[in-house]
Amino acid sequence: MSDALDVLDQVGKWKNSGKGVAVATVITTWGSSPRPVGSQLGVDESGAMVGSVSGGCIEGAVVKEALAAIADGKPRLLDFGVTDEQAWDVGLACGGKVQVFVEKVS
Amino acid sequence: MKAETVTALQAARVERRAVVLATRLSDASETLIYPDRAEGALASDATLLAAAHRAMEIGRSETVDLGGQKIFLNVYVPPARLIIVGAVHIAQSLAPMASLMDFDVTVIDPRRAFATDSRFPGVKVMQEWADEAFEKMGLDSSTAVVTLTHDPKLDDPALEYALRSDVFYVGALGSRRTHAKRQERLTEAGISAEQFARIHGPVGLNIGAKSPAEIAVSILGQIVEVRARRLEALAGPKVVAA
Repeated sequence: MSDALDVLDQVGKWKNSGKGVAVATVITTWGSSPRPVGSQLGVDESGAMVGSVSGGCIEGAVVKEALAAIADGKPRLLDFGVTDEQAWDVGLACGGKVQVFVEKVS
Repeated sequence: MKAETVTALQAARVERRAVVLATRLSDASETLIYPDRAEGALASDATLLAAAHRAMEIGRSETVDLGGQKIFLNVYVPPARLIIVGAVHIAQSLAPMASLMDFDVTVIDPRRAFATDSRFPGVKVMQEWADEAFEKMGLDSSTAVVTLTHDPKLDDPALEYALRSDVFYVGALGSRRTHAKRQERLTEAGISAEQFARIHGPVGLNIGAKSPAEIAVSILGQIVEVRARRLEALAGPKVVAA
């Protein structure tokens, strides 16, 4: 819990300095997943990250969507898991599934 | 997420208040729910408030379905606090280990030779009597208190204060014999048998710990266990929101 707030501290700093910022949050997990529900990743417009939503498996894809959310302002709901076609690219090696909500900080 | 929401979540942490951020996934609209009030788009939705209060109580974030609307409840609870009374050798192991486990650690000891920052790098150290320090800090249900001084004049006032609060864990170092004597003194001070029974004494899990670091492991193991069992008991069977 405390590290979710550390993420928000950095997100607040980025926002206050005038940067475009998005927050990604793990909202559902199935099976074994590396980070619990509520875990957050903050992303600024340059792609800098704080926090995590997995053990590093899906962060790349989440950052891409976060940058798109910063650009168009629309929230996104992302699904990741081994059943997914993209599993080998951006899946979870541990076999879990996660749903991640990505939104711009406005 | 609104920038004001980030600010509100940070303020809640500083004040050590629990808060739930409810986000409607369809449009990212937000509602902040505190134990005593709510503000935002769905602040008057009684079903949502009930689900949020429950999530807060068990400390578990989750997605709920309210009449076809998917809403994510993110629970922000202040980090659990560990207050160590007695800046002794065991405390020097216990404090950094507890910090690694994300406890907000404070070491209290009125004795100047013990309560020094150099003995406890990176940890809050208060050179005060425990009951006076507790009064300033305010004990709550996300706090654990461990007394390590072996000295009744330092440990007893701390235990008395802790037992009259709703801290989730109270532990006291000392043998069974010491613990029995402690009970006599605290009973005289007005602590009931039921209140006294909340003390974990001799402190820690019985893992044959000998060195200060091993004793710290046994104490932290017990704190983790007590906290996990309490949350399990509170959570019970999973409730599906209407």
